[in-house]
Amino acid sequence: MCGIVGLHLRNPDLYPRLGEMLSSMLCEMEERGADSAGVAVYGDPQWCPPGTVTVSVLESQQSSLELSTAVTARLGTSVSIAQVGETQLISAPVDVEELKQTIRDVAPGSLVAGFGQDLAVLKGVGHPRDLAAEFGLASAQGWQGVGHTRMATESAVTPGGCHPYAVGDGQCMVHNGSFSNHATLRRELIRDGVTFDSENDTEVGARYIAEQMRRGATVEEAVHSLSEEFDGFYTLLVSNRDSFAVVRDAIACKPAVIAETEDWVAMASEYRALTDLPGIESARLYEPEPNRIYAWSRKEVSAA
Amino acid sequence: MTEQATAHGLRESATFDQSTMAEIRRAAATGVYDIRGGGSKRRLPHFDDLLFLGASMSRYPLEGYRERCGTDVLLGTRFAEQGVKPMHLDIPVTIAGMSFGALSGRAKDALGRGASAVGTSTTTGDGGMTDEERGQSKHLVYQYLPSRYGMNPDHLRMADAIEVVLGQGAKPGGGGMLLGQKITSRVAKMRTLPEGIDQRSASRHPDWTGPDDLTIKIQELREITDWQVPIYVKVGASRTYYDTKLAVHAGADVIVVDGMQGSTAATQEVFIEHVGIPTLAAIPQAAQALRELGMEREVQLIISGGIRHGADVAKAMALGADAVSIGSAALIALGDNDPRYAKDYEALGSAAGYFDDYQDGTDPSGVTTQDPELQMRLDPEAGGRRLANFLRVMTMEAQTIARACGKSHIQHLEPEDLVALTVESSAMARVPLAGTSWIPGSATGY
Amino acid sequence: MNTLTDTTTFDLQSSTLREVNRALHVPGVAGAFSIRNPRGAHALAAGVNAELEISIEGHVGYYAAGMNQQAAITIAGNAGVGVAENMMSGSVRVTGNASQSAGATAHGGLLVVEGDAAARCGISMKGVDIVVGGDVGHMSAFMAQAGRLVVRGDAGEALGDSIYETRIYVRGSVASLGADCTVKEMRPEHHEELAALLAAAGYLEDDTHAYTRYGSARQLYHFTVDNADSY
Repeated sequence: MCGIVGLHLRNPDLYPRLGEMLSSMLCEMEERGADSAGVAVYGDPQWCPPGTVTVSVLESQQSSLELSTAVTARLGTSVSIAQVGETQLISAPVDVEELKQTIRDVAPGSLVAGFGQDLAVLKGVGHPRDLAAEFGLASAQGWQGVGHTRMATESAVTPGGCHPYAVGDGQCMVHNGSFSNHATLRRELIRDGVTFDSENDTEVGARYIAEQMRRGATVEEAVHSLSEEFDGFYTLLVSNRDSFAVVRDAIACKPAVIAETEDWVAMASEYRALTDLPGIESARLYEPEPNRIYAWSRKEVSAA
Repeated sequence: MTEQATAHGLRESATFDQSTMAEIRRAAATGVYDIRGGGSKRRLPHFDDLLFLGASMSRYPLEGYRERCGTDVLLGTRFAEQGVKPMHLDIPVTIAGMSFGALSGRAKDALGRGASAVGTSTTTGDGGMTDEERGQSKHLVYQYLPSRYGMNPDHLRMADAIEVVLGQGAKPGGGGMLLGQKITSRVAKMRTLPEGIDQRSASRHPDWTGPDDLTIKIQELREITDWQVPIYVKVGASRTYYDTKLAVHAGADVIVVDGMQGSTAATQEVFIEHVGIPTLAAIPQAAQALRELGMEREVQLIISGGIRHGADVAKAMALGADAVSIGSAALIALGDNDPRYAKDYEALGSAAGYFDDYQDGTDPSGVTTQDPELQMRLDPEAGGRRLANFLRVMTMEAQTIARACGKSHIQHLEPEDLVALTVESSAMARVPLAGTSWIPGSATGY
Repeated sequence: MNTLTDTTTFDLQSSTLREVNRALHVPGVAGAFSIRNPRGAHALAAGVNAELEISIEGHVGYYAAGMNQQAAITIAGNAGVGVAENMMSGSVRVTGNASQSAGATAHGGLLVVEGDAAARCGISMKGVDIVVGGDVGHMSAFMAQAGRLVVRGDAGEALGDSIYETRIYVRGSVASLGADCTVKEMRPEHHEELAALLAAAGYLEDDTHAYTRYGSARQLYHFTVDNADSY
């Protein structure tokens, strides 16, 4: 139960302002959930140096220096590391699976919060406004970002329980609502070899989508398949490196608003999150229809 | 067992007992599920399975006639600084929400009189606020339900507190129900329904779902009432730990948790007996949630569902409740199921003490009916006096126990004053099995 | 005389929601109010009980004009969830779109949404009149008890599910009818009623013959085994 926001920039002139825009959106959603928060930013050159892949790590129990030294030693290539709040962003010019495995080897108890090219996932427990400041979110850059403010329903308030759930290469999912048959679906995924980091119902949805996509489904197909299998109420925002999709369940109780201009596409649980966006006065403003997938990509704009 | 069965040494099946078989035959004959009133009838771990440790040598009791043992309670203190006026009740036993429609106007009148006489509150139900109950109730809680029958902003502002109802113990996750026999012209008018129809009710609120949207709904109710009245959130006991936390996050002043023994005017039998958790199991969950949020006593907890006497009141409060609510017990005090109407109950195929067909509108006691003649059997003044007497007795009983445990206020009772008689109740109430220091499951934490 | 002097203006960038609503609730309050920069605020102009003219210049959040009594409230923009929920009297006009549950459980007054209304428009309505200029979403007029719903565009799935005595008029297509909702004959009194509703909402040009009336088949008014699939 939460607030969600997402921003997909069309105009590269706005890339330097991504963090500022996303930060104001996130902070407006604080009343929908104030126990923890998380964001995913696509394309910040500080957090994700060009030419590298980045793994976002929580609870490594090691200092950034210790961690980067250990990873460098294993990989035999230099890595860069950024400590952003509780999250450690480790980047290296290698295959992302190799980097992920190396981090798992040197920090066995750690939690991979996200991985992929150009993707930084930051999470923390606390008030969204404090976290946005701690992340330095307002000065972040990039072409796409999503954010989530959480009011935990049935799972623990821990960094691992925060959204976004970024469980596929470059993929993220944030969720407002709750699933009511996730325990069975979790068992089915575990039977298929999927592993979980938290007890959160959203993680089941995120891993389900990642699993569908791993088997070759498109985002649209994966989200459609989720809507067939999952009971419950949800507004979902699914992103990957180049795209951004919004879907609501058929009953559509959980709110969502989309705004579009030539410069950007924004989505939020409530309109008030969008009020500070440049050009909002003339944006095309609408609510996503139930059970319909709305998707945008950096290459083309489409509403399926 | 019939004499013949006894004589022949016949053995009844514990699984397919007589009432089970009767229900199978009834379902087979009618094709409609069984609807009834009342609460769960099966044996559940309950307050009976707990005992108090009175004072003796290590602790000192208070003298019953001289030394003070307070009974008053403040409900709705969380936002007092913002102007919300807490309800100050003289006793910690309140009257639970019951609708006009389910109950007769005279019964609502009597509840208001009885409650006001002892300085406690009564509560409206699905169907709106009647003049009888507002007029007779010094402290009135106005329920805000999914159906919004009779919902009126004037009444919101006339209420002393607002109770946002998500569910009740008899049917967590289910909507209300009122059958045609009870939709008289007055009930129909209040609910904007055609007379005599079988009412269908929603199980979700029409304009919000989940704690994030409840936060906004509570804000609206506060704005409409200019931040004057406390806002309760009532849930049926099921996922009580989470529900309590979420209600606090959403901004509630008071949490009301109704256990599965709590009654209803009408719902499916399968709901009453098979959905929800016992009151005993719910209280420690709610108390734990409040404690973890640092909101014990700041957000008050009201417990209902099967509260019958002062010992139950004391036990619920020792486990963490700030107050309790009674429904069934109050109706019995008014005359429900009274043996003086034994013949009438039998004529309905029931018996005094067994009657639960509140949905039929034929209640011989006149409490749960809209029948003009039957309801005249209940004299609101006399009924109010009986209820007031009963509430006084409950309070004195709870005080007796609190004093015996050395407490200067009933609210000072604590879980450590209790022990359990059974392993089940020990595990649920999280108090040790009598004579031991063992709480099942405590090693693993909760 | 300058009529502007009769209008009190609030700006939600400099005033709080509480200040605005408190001012609108003052006993004996009268006149016209203009509220600027609502910025999606919730419960704006909720609980008003006076013959005020209130104009809100911009998009509002949840429960705008909630439980309105007497006031004429115009929202120049989109409205969030539950606009004019449980309205008792007066009128609310939304010039843009309305989110879900517009006019939920409202007992009286007139709600006009010039754009589209999302799902559950008029859910459990109890006497209000709702006129929607565009389309309505699924489950509109769910359990609708009384009042009239007019849709100038199309209606989504399950229109009028479990409806009681509300009358629905739709000009466009209906994706599907809910349980116990059925097409009904447009008799002269219905043309008259519809014309009056359209006129009240400012749609004077519509031909009432282009509309179809829907209402309760009244088959679910009593529990019977034959209806088991509909519950």
